[in-house]
Amino acid sequence: MNSLKIGIVLLCLFVFAPPAFAKEAEYMVADPEMEKTVNAISEELRCLVCQNQTIADSNAPLAVDLKNQVRDMVESGQSQSDIIDYMVERYGDFVRYRPPMNTSTMLLWVGPFLLLLIGVVVLVVNLRKRTTVIKNDGDLSVEENERLQRLLAAESSAPAAKHGNLSSQKAGEEKS
Amino acid sequence: MLRYLVPLIVFLGVAGFLLKGLELNPREVPSPFIDKPAPSFSLPKLHEPEAQFASKDMLGQVWLLNVWASWCVACRSEHPLLVQLSHANIVPVYGLNYKDEPDDARNWLRQLGDAYVSSLIDYDGKVGIDYGVYGVPETFVIDKQGIIRHKVIGPVTPSALDNCVLPLVRKLQQATAQTVVKRTEVEGCA
Amino acid sequence: MIPEIGHFALILALCVAVVQGVVAIAGAQLGIRSWMVMARPAAQVHFILVAVSFVCLMYAFIYNDFSVEYVASVSNSMLPIQYRIAAIWGGHEGSLLLWALLLAIWTMAVARYSRNLPLDMVSRVIGVMGLISVGFLMFMLFTSNPFDRLLPAALDGRDLNPLLQDPGLIFHPPLLYIGYVGFSVAFAFAIAALLSGRMDATWARWSRPWTTIAWSFLTAGIALGSWWAYYELGWGGWWFWDPVENASFLPWLVGTALVHSLAVTEKRGSFKNWTILLAIFTFSLSLLGTFLVRSGVLTSVHAFAVDPERGVFILGFLVVTIGTSLALFAWRAPKVGLGGRFSLVSRETFLLMNNVMLVVAAGAVLLGTLYPLLLDSLDMGKISVGPPYFDAVFLPLMVPMIFLMGLGPIARWKQADLPDMASRMKWAAVVSLVMALILPFVMGEWFALTSLGFALAFWIVSSIVVSMSERLRKTASTNAGAGVLARIVALPNAYLGMNVAHIGVAVFIMGVTMVNTYEVEKDMRMEVGDTVTMSGYTFRFDGVTEVEGPNYKASRGQILVTVDDKTEAVLFPEKRVYFVQTMPMTEAGIDSGLFRDLYVSLGEPVGNGAWSVRVYYKPFVGWIWGGTFLMAIGGIFAVSDRRYRLASRKRKAQKKAAGQPAAGQSVADQTTAPVQSMERE
Repeated sequence: MNSLKIGIVLLCLFVFAPPAFAKEAEYMVADPEMEKTVNAISEELRCLVCQNQTIADSNAPLAVDLKNQVRDMVESGQSQSDIIDYMVERYGDFVRYRPPMNTSTMLLWVGPFLLLLIGVVVLVVNLRKRTTVIKNDGDLSVEENERLQRLLAAESSAPAAKHGNLSSQKAGEEKS
Repeated sequence: MLRYLVPLIVFLGVAGFLLKGLELNPREVPSPFIDKPAPSFSLPKLHEPEAQFASKDMLGQVWLLNVWASWCVACRSEHPLLVQLSHANIVPVYGLNYKDEPDDARNWLRQLGDAYVSSLIDYDGKVGIDYGVYGVPETFVIDKQGIIRHKVIGPVTPSALDNCVLPLVRKLQQATAQTVVKRTEVEGCA
Repeated sequence: MIPEIGHFALILALCVAVVQGVVAIAGAQLGIRSWMVMARPAAQVHFILVAVSFVCLMYAFIYNDFSVEYVASVSNSMLPIQYRIAAIWGGHEGSLLLWALLLAIWTMAVARYSRNLPLDMVSRVIGVMGLISVGFLMFMLFTSNPFDRLLPAALDGRDLNPLLQDPGLIFHPPLLYIGYVGFSVAFAFAIAALLSGRMDATWARWSRPWTTIAWSFLTAGIALGSWWAYYELGWGGWWFWDPVENASFLPWLVGTALVHSLAVTEKRGSFKNWTILLAIFTFSLSLLGTFLVRSGVLTSVHAFAVDPERGVFILGFLVVTIGTSLALFAWRAPKVGLGGRFSLVSRETFLLMNNVMLVVAAGAVLLGTLYPLLLDSLDMGKISVGPPYFDAVFLPLMVPMIFLMGLGPIARWKQADLPDMASRMKWAAVVSLVMALILPFVMGEWFALTSLGFALAFWIVSSIVVSMSERLRKTASTNAGAGVLARIVALPNAYLGMNVAHIGVAVFIMGVTMVNTYEVEKDMRMEVGDTVTMSGYTFRFDGVTEVEGPNYKASRGQILVTVDDKTEAVLFPEKRVYFVQTMPMTEAGIDSGLFRDLYVSLGEPVGNGAWSVRVYYKPFVGWIWGGTFLMAIGGIFAVSDRRYRLASRKRKAQKKAAGQPAAGQSVADQTTAPVQSMERE
């Protein structure tokens, strides 16, 4: 009788409380903290045989080999730049997803900010020019307007003059 | 007026590059080892695993190092050409048996003929990594000073062999320690 | 027989497209009315023919006609029916046909919903779209015919790439293409304006709703693609800066600039040239994307089968289309007026700055995408440009733009007052700074970039709160009885839509910031019954069973997630092997929630019944797509604004009264519409 009870209790424990028996899973790698470094470095490196993937993301055999190589080198205490240099020595700059800064990549790195500079300068110059071209609070003068209408009519076979965009636009601005 | 032409001019420039880009192969990665010393290694030989082959033993000779494996389909297609080359006795060809089971490799050579003076077992692919191998097959041309002068990516084709590899090998063989021969001197290698 | 009908319909469609393009435009330029009226019927016939062709291809896919080479290359008899249909656009040829079909549909829509535009304008627009169609149909017929026969027929197909066998394929490409192709409408309007020489506020008004709709679809399409990659690729990334992703992102960036610049051109008549140029750029970048994907100049996970002949053809098409447009621009643009005056500090200026930032960002992405090609073609070596580069240059460009995004909507048109704006925004600034400092500590860890992300998200939201409350205060007097919600609903949809889209940006930034900073990832070796606990969730591995799908076998893991011993979710990550292409595929098990995703992917068996299992806790990751969909919804909502409908209703009424045909109506009364809208905003 008692043994049956115990048996039932044990059974209940077994069925209803599996976590009590479960053990903590182990990490795939011995040192998960170090693996973070390995992953961070692997994400900078291109898998050469893949379409366009980092060796961290790829399961291709070469990517796995290179990732193991990275892990070995991290284990032996080499720095990220050592490891990247090692890879570049063997596979060229192609292997780096972060291109090095040198004469041939200067434009790549500086380009976006150069573009920004050009964009801002063009913007400011244009805005300043506008404010001097468009005088007396608003639109073109009557004469200018007429001349432009004539020009537009002459330029285009379409009935631009009848259309009268400038005048309607002017009306709009007065209201707003 | 001119500033309104800027977008057009920029676009035509980009289009020019795109046209040029159509001729390029984005997946072919040039080796950084060209004109650099071949990484030295020492590996067991496929047919006598207890004996070691050291790359520095090859100093003073021009030689080819062909990376191959029995699991590699493209190697099968280039192999007959390498066998022919070995019969011609122009240049010694060594095989780097890359990430392969030695038994499979020996069987493969038995079936297809052995083109190599000797094949070297790179079981874990470490020497492959040292040579920047990223696909099999690859073939390196190494000169008397142990400098890599050329790398064929993918199977060696008859035209690549006749127009680039063999002319380059001949020039390298004639060269002395003082004369430097680069692959750019051979038209077919460009 | 059916495939031949499809092929023939395509040839006829090409002929009709030539007529649609040449006759309609020539008629408009020469002022020949009878030619111009051809445009609409031609667009209809063109649509019917392309649709017939598409249905024929669909028939071949549904009935497994493996004598059609394209069907044999991307389908298989074991493929479930929904993927057999989606496989139509699973490869190069069929996706081109989808492109052509969508272009025909957009053209039809323009023909249908432009009854009140002047006839010459409509025929030019339809004509330009016809010419674009000519290019695509020729490309298909000469280099990529989806109806080519395979003799002898294949016994079975080579199957759709397993990566694509996912509901994502059903929705992502069509949405994306609707967006790409939709920009052809904005492009066609711009070219029509250049051809007519009438580059005024009216064309901006006409093309604005079309552009916004296209933009919304593109936004949704990109978001869906990103979400698909997230759950399909098995490591939970959502953006990879892959060249083809960039190819969809470029038109999005410039299209976003266009949507904003159209607002200025419509309301204030300014930056007309710039807006036209943006419309050309946006569509050009859509075309460039097509080139990059289909020519093989770049390596990408998305690339189609490569054929240099195709590359040359598309490049030729690109040069003709874009080259002509830009030449036309260079010819016409110098004669365009400057539009209304505005001061250096004004909403106009803020919107222009937004344009500069967006276009520069697009320039940076384009530079990074094409730079390897550039160096290689100059024989200066091979390099890779990847995520580290884009992250490094994109972020600094976006930060000031997001900051301006908070200011733009509260700045007044024509002339804004900086001290006034500063005093209106001071609470918004305080709120965002406080949140930026507090939130990271609530979450447990502080990083400078995390704070920056929170600051920007709250800056956008609080600036919207400022703008909304100011608006509501104004309407309070006229609408005193109504509750706040009713008064919010009463605001114009265009204004609400803008705010929804902007909140979407804030939500997106929150998502990115949270998941980038506080994601937890563990790579475990799990035996049956093993548990792993992270962020309060306990994951228990309950083993792997073998299951069989319609055309694959899978190992399906079962993972029980509990919080304090209460079941939270059961996840079923899979590892599939498809029969035909024998490619192993991972299907992640995901439990999505409003504030976090639990993401589990199954690795390899590692002996003793144990598996390697990767477990992720991803806080707020859903906000990334939620925010993006909000942007898309905001766009659609804005288009539903009363003024678009009002204007058309009014015109209909006038039409009835005057008994005029719609097309012959004068333009003048339409230009009054933006005037009305200006009063309200």
